[in-house]
Amino acid sequence: MAQYLISVLHDAAELATDAEMAAIDVFNEGLRADGHWVFAGGLASPDSATVVDARAGGPIYTDGPYLESKEFVIGFWIVEAPHLDVALRLAGNGSRACNRRVELRPFLDA
Amino acid sequence: MTGVQEALTRVHREEWARVVATLARRYGDLDLAEEMAAEAFAAAVERWPADGVPPAPGAWLTTTAHRKAIDRLRREARRDEKHREALMLSGTPEPLGVIDDDRLRLVFTCCHPALAMEARVGLTLRMVGGLTVSEIAHAFLVQETAMGQRITRAKAKIKAARIPYGVPLRDDLPARVTGVLAVLYLIFNEGYLASGPGAGAVRADLTAEAIRLTRLVHALLPADGEATGLLALMLLTEARRPARVSASGELVTLAEQDRGAWDRALIAEGHALVRARLAAGEAPGRYQILAAINAVHTDARDVRDTDWSQILALYDQLVRVDPSPIVRLNRAIAVAELDGPEVALAEIAGLPLAEYHAYHAVRADLLRRTGRSTESREAYDRAIALSGNTAETAHLIRRRDQLGAP
Repeated sequence: MAQYLISVLHDAAELATDAEMAAIDVFNEGLRADGHWVFAGGLASPDSATVVDARAGGPIYTDGPYLESKEFVIGFWIVEAPHLDVALRLAGNGSRACNRRVELRPFLDA
Repeated sequence: MTGVQEALTRVHREEWARVVATLARRYGDLDLAEEMAAEAFAAAVERWPADGVPPAPGAWLTTTAHRKAIDRLRREARRDEKHREALMLSGTPEPLGVIDDDRLRLVFTCCHPALAMEARVGLTLRMVGGLTVSEIAHAFLVQETAMGQRITRAKAKIKAARIPYGVPLRDDLPARVTGVLAVLYLIFNEGYLASGPGAGAVRADLTAEAIRLTRLVHALLPADGEATGLLALMLLTEARRPARVSASGELVTLAEQDRGAWDRALIAEGHALVRARLAAGEAPGRYQILAAINAVHTDARDVRDTDWSQILALYDQLVRVDPSPIVRLNRAIAVAELDGPEVALAEIAGLPLAEYHAYHAVRADLLRRTGRSTESREAYDRAIALSGNTAETAHLIRRRDQLGAP
């Protein structure tokens, strides 16, 4: 089994609608029932981010995200799957549930 | 060629994919599979001329490759066991979908939709076709280093993302076969109308390889209508190859080809496949319709005998499956034969194909037939500027110059 990160991509300020939230709940339940669930979470908007750099001594804080871009990550799932085809199917179902594009990436093998 | 060399060439063509595929299943590592298969063939090149060709060359190669793989793994044994275990083998879906064949798994792995199209093409030709990286790079007119990197990256992604070494499950199969066929068709088309001025007009090695791989997929998935359709399409197209380029290296259009030079055996085989699909009575997909169109063309002993109304009916069917501008452009050629060039010109006006050489070539021909020489010449100029194939450029220049001085 391997773990995959499914990042949810978004390009506007508004949050998920009630219908989307309900679909996400159904999807999450399915992940748990089928043994794919590891963790998931939604993120506050990029302007709530702070970049921290302590490479040269005391940390320097910079207000805002490290990358200014039209699209950003608003949430993610971490799922467990035996191989990419299963992970792709989960990512497809996740994208449909939350009604947004997602990016699928494997974790490095431990 | 000596008997041994001939045997080596033949065995390489016939057994390469099988050896690679068997090793890939056993060790779950495409890199290892490829390297050990290459070493086994190298050993054969060294040993067979002295020892003679073994009675079962394929088995000899597989055994030799396995031995080499085991030697290699022993030498690397101290390398993290966990790392090896983590390779794709552990992620293989078991039981496999519909068919269990190592070569089919290899085809589906190389043509996985999570890989970029160029990577799929390169990887398929390398792993399944056994072409060298330099041959593949030459065929697609890219630097050898670039093609090498593309293939290496694809293999790295297969490992890191755990692209399974397997045939997809039944639910995913139709969509994934479509991707496999698209890769094979791309390889065929690159061979049939090579895209660069440096290449020969036709790359017979590539069309042959595409046909061989499609035969393999068709043999492994005989019930798949589109696999059958694509094979038929390739055979009927390939059958016309001997008549397609003139002695002076100029492209000869379908209407002007010497039909006596067509390969009757390939045509007979293609027709039989098309008939088999018709008899199946299922709604045909894109490749089956294209094959049927080619069957009508190759049925006509003379271009004047061409059944254009049937071709138009097939294009109408194709537009419903694939309403792309290129299909509509090709449909217009049949329209021109039935309703005249003016009607066809109206049909292609405004198609979003301004950067596509064939659009201007078709337009030029239709304008010439309506007597609009000046516009025709402009269209030929545009087509010539966009065409990359030497034989096609030569044909277009001659046609333009036949229009006489402006």
